[in-house]
Amino acid sequence: MTALSLENIQKRLRTSRIPPVYLMLVAILVVSLVLDQIYGRGQMIDPTILTNILVRSVALGIVAIGQTFVMIAASIDLSVAYLISVTAVMSSFLMQGDPARVPMAVAVVFGIGALVGLVNGLIITKLKVNAFIATLGTGLILKGALNASFSNFTGAVPESFQTLGYGRWGPVPISIIVLFAIAIVAGFVLYRTKFGAHLYGIGGNEVVARLSGLRTDRVVIIAHIVCSMSAVMTGLFVVSRLRSGAPWIGPDGLYDLESIAAVVVGGTALSGGVGSVAGTLAGVVIFGILDTAFNQLGVDTFLKSVLRGAIIILAVASYTIRSRREAS
Amino acid sequence: MTRENKPTNEPVMEVRNITKEFPGVKALDDVSVKFYPGEVHAVVGENGAGKSTLMKVMAGAYIADEGDVLLQGEKVQFPHPQVAQEQGVSIIYQELNLLPERTVAQNIFLGREPSRFGLVDSRALNEATLDVLERLDSEDTISPSAMLNTLSVAEQQIVEIAKAISFDSKVLIMDEPTAALSSNEVDILVRLVERLKARGIALIFISHRLKEVFDLADKITVLKDGQLVDTVNPKDVNTGDVIHMMVGRELNQFFPPLAEPGDIGDTVLSISDGANDFLKNINLELRAGEIVGVSGLQGSGRTELAEALFGAEPFKQGTLEINGLNTPVRSPAQAIKLNMGFVTEDRKSQGIFPNQSLRDNMLVTVRALQRLLAQVKRDGVRKNPDLVPTLGEQVDVRASGYDQEVQYLSGGNQQKVVLAKWLAPDTEVLIFDEPTRGIDVEAKASIHEMIRDLAKQGAAIMMVSSELPEIVGMSDRIIVMWDGTITGELPAKSSEAEIMVLATGYENGDKKDAELVMESKS
Amino acid sequence: MANVTVQSEKEVSWLRQAWARIRKIHPVFPVFLIVFLAVGYLNPKFIEPNGILIFLRRAAPLGILAVGQLFVLAAGGFDLSVGSQVTFVVIGGALLINNDPEKLTYTLLVLYGIGILVGLINGLVVTFMKVPSFIATLGMLLALKGAGLYWTGGAPRGYLTDNFRQFGRGFLEPVPVVERFPIAVVVLIVVVAIAAYIFHFTIFGRQILAVGDNPVAAKLSGINVRRVRILTFIVSALCAITAGILEGGFGGVNIIAGDGLELQAISAAVLGGAVLLGGRGAVLAAAAGALTLEALFNFLNLIGQPEGVRDVVQGLIIIGAVAYAAINARRR
Repeated sequence: MTALSLENIQKRLRTSRIPPVYLMLVAILVVSLVLDQIYGRGQMIDPTILTNILVRSVALGIVAIGQTFVMIAASIDLSVAYLISVTAVMSSFLMQGDPARVPMAVAVVFGIGALVGLVNGLIITKLKVNAFIATLGTGLILKGALNASFSNFTGAVPESFQTLGYGRWGPVPISIIVLFAIAIVAGFVLYRTKFGAHLYGIGGNEVVARLSGLRTDRVVIIAHIVCSMSAVMTGLFVVSRLRSGAPWIGPDGLYDLESIAAVVVGGTALSGGVGSVAGTLAGVVIFGILDTAFNQLGVDTFLKSVLRGAIIILAVASYTIRSRREAS
Repeated sequence: MTRENKPTNEPVMEVRNITKEFPGVKALDDVSVKFYPGEVHAVVGENGAGKSTLMKVMAGAYIADEGDVLLQGEKVQFPHPQVAQEQGVSIIYQELNLLPERTVAQNIFLGREPSRFGLVDSRALNEATLDVLERLDSEDTISPSAMLNTLSVAEQQIVEIAKAISFDSKVLIMDEPTAALSSNEVDILVRLVERLKARGIALIFISHRLKEVFDLADKITVLKDGQLVDTVNPKDVNTGDVIHMMVGRELNQFFPPLAEPGDIGDTVLSISDGANDFLKNINLELRAGEIVGVSGLQGSGRTELAEALFGAEPFKQGTLEINGLNTPVRSPAQAIKLNMGFVTEDRKSQGIFPNQSLRDNMLVTVRALQRLLAQVKRDGVRKNPDLVPTLGEQVDVRASGYDQEVQYLSGGNQQKVVLAKWLAPDTEVLIFDEPTRGIDVEAKASIHEMIRDLAKQGAAIMMVSSELPEIVGMSDRIIVMWDGTITGELPAKSSEAEIMVLATGYENGDKKDAELVMESKS
Repeated sequence: MANVTVQSEKEVSWLRQAWARIRKIHPVFPVFLIVFLAVGYLNPKFIEPNGILIFLRRAAPLGILAVGQLFVLAAGGFDLSVGSQVTFVVIGGALLINNDPEKLTYTLLVLYGIGILVGLINGLVVTFMKVPSFIATLGMLLALKGAGLYWTGGAPRGYLTDNFRQFGRGFLEPVPVVERFPIAVVVLIVVVAIAAYIFHFTIFGRQILAVGDNPVAAKLSGINVRRVRILTFIVSALCAITAGILEGGFGGVNIIAGDGLELQAISAAVLGGAVLLGGRGAVLAAAAGALTLEALFNFLNLIGQPEGVRDVVQGLIIIGAVAYAAINARRR
């Protein structure tokens, strides 16, 4: 039967619109589980460990979703790691363990996030500064402002706020619900709103977008505000787990570079115009699976980092090689 | 003026006494044409005749210096193409303006998505897209949700047309819509044109393929040197007449004298049965001291031939001999080592290094042959330390100094720098692709003179050009391409009409028309 | 039109020529001078010969990194892996030398060998696997950081012997005039001199700029674009190893020795006028960019500003520098 030929399967996969990163995700999961059964402790199939993979992915996942927005518009945001620190420190500083102050603190950090995103967007669109340099610069400014004011864990979040990090709704951790809620909203915005359509248009070809009458600057600025807001959400999630914020938690988590890597592994091109929330989530979960699998297999923490770097490169290389073949 | 006389058939659009000047060129000179609804109007003329300028004036991309544009009898001025589009005048350029990674529907309605509270109403979007596609009779072949990059070029062109008519266009302008299409795909487009015509849209298209013009058009407007020659009904004329109206434009350019028989030396380069993905059956010889002109329509393979010889898109089959030795050329670096040079068509993306100085641009090719850590000589190489001033004088470049960055030069001077780059090594075979595109008349003449001088000094030259006067004026021998192969070779001083016949593919099919042309010529 | 033809170049008055020369001086040099003098005003010792030398010694690693980064930037790439390379040198060097001063040569050779390998891999991944250099060198950053720690078993082990640390903190003495001269400054001068020679006076340097400016035209002009790109990554890696050796002399063995240096190096090069997508740059200006950053940090220390302010100022400065260049380019 010709229907079963390899070519046919390939073609079907290509037209099925399942991002190829999901194949990668499944492959990595299967390989991890098998290796774990043979060489590891054989516990990875356990639902609690699988859930843990997701919980670990929440912090990176939220900010990576925001990063997806700017990268679809062919921009980039390196300031997110420090914004996460700012959020964590500022919120625990403002809350001081008092549940009554939570709304005020949350409002303030979201305000800061919106401002940072606005400034990033304005520098990139109006001053025409390369996004890499612009957000590197604002990141440094945030880092400096933070380090000048705080040097260690400051304040604390009230216990009720920690529900966000540790709470469960039935068997399901609340953090996972939050991640999926954010992903669904983000996906909805990207695929169902005019803003989303315009974002793809600008990333795909700015000239075409402008000829079609889009206000490109405004769309890019909004994308940066969205990205900064997502970093604030990650910051809130992280501080709810740590109880208190310290200036180094953002950069130590490598949220800037890892969120970019996850987005790229998820199928978004650095040059913009393509990408999806689902792909980004898959990229994030791949990182989570690798972490867990390495733990289960007793792989050295540091060797983990090496393998991670190699896998990022190979994943991206597989896209470029594929697209070259399609082009020729 | 004729309003009362023809109330039933008003022109939907009209240009009156349009004049448009660019520095050094009068692109349009007092041109007046009327375009009627439900009519297919072809605009023909040689390169530089002013066709594209006229279309751009009509679509709001240029503003005319003098004269009026009338839409349904009213004077209009379009400050921007978008304004023209909103008023029902759409233009489709040769290069497609679509997003490959988005769906058909998303492309057509980019920036105008039907929406409620910022949410795209995908059902309405789909329906609107289907509605537009239906008007083009393409709703069965193109799905609104198909990704654009899964469509063929012809289908993509239909999407582009759909995008244009989704503005409820009354006038649709197409710049060489068939240039990138295969003959099957052209048929699709032809049917589409019939549909649009039946809907009362005025269609205006530029084409170089006269066969299509006669198959499709209800009126033909011929432009020459920015002036209107005539607007004719294809029933009243034949191909030969139109060619005669187009060609024979006044030679305000002077070309240097052609080579004498004694000037032409031995064969330097020859290719037999050359073929690659674009080309087939290429047999060609280049001789020292001779300029071979390569003519052909866009997409005929003329640029691909140049790229193949230079190793940028190498031949996959065939025998390439240089100075009698079998030497396949697989990369530009190798070609340069073999003393070949290639002045590319697209100066900006393939020729110049905009942020570098004149001297670094001129010396890049000789330096490519040197060791990496060899010391840079400011003005040349060890054997020839004054190369830069020599070249600068030879090509007569005008700049404030050799340290100036090339991006600040005019197009003509940039082209001279590119030329100098290829003269820097002792080039024996020089390939030119559109050596004078987009540069002013004066610079043109001096580049022509330089090319002839190079031939006189013994270089074998191949010159690809879409400008017939340039081909006729410069070539010692002319080859004509069509559909990826060489369809004929003509001697020096052949007429433009003879070239046209080979280039439009008539010798393959329509013998009668070809003979007609030849007769009327002789 | 006031078009001057090339032939009459010599007729232009010397005054106009001089003015043109002055206008060509990159703004980073006067900026550096201002910051430097400001520091000197607050702390007169700083502008004494010894103060200057101590300042240059501290600035040497960043200066060298900026120069290496310039090569990659000018060819249109990024190298984010240099910070990790510095860390790798510090902790790897301690392991290799293993408290045995005799092994110095062996250690240095191995470190430089690793550097060449790292640069080669970066280059190959970028040119042959077509991975954007941002991602390729980011992967290398993660991999090297992990590899270094894996090698030491998690915590830095061993010591750098005094003869290894001598490069970073030692002095040549006796030297006339200043009596003692920091070895790191000698290294800085040598690296800048060699890099400036290669970048501005050899075929390779011109090809780097050509590739960064227009890779298609470069290929059609016979340049081996891949070779040029790969070599820029190797140059950057060699500079990173050298910077790491110096850094080892200051801070000793720790696992964050190189953290953030990649971004500082890019900032310094950009401050010195390197253009992010390639085609423009100058070695002295990049080094001056690094010195400016260091001098600024000094200045902020002197006026009693906390650590954090230096980052704020650095951030403002690189945004300002690029915005200035962008606005300038539009005006022309």
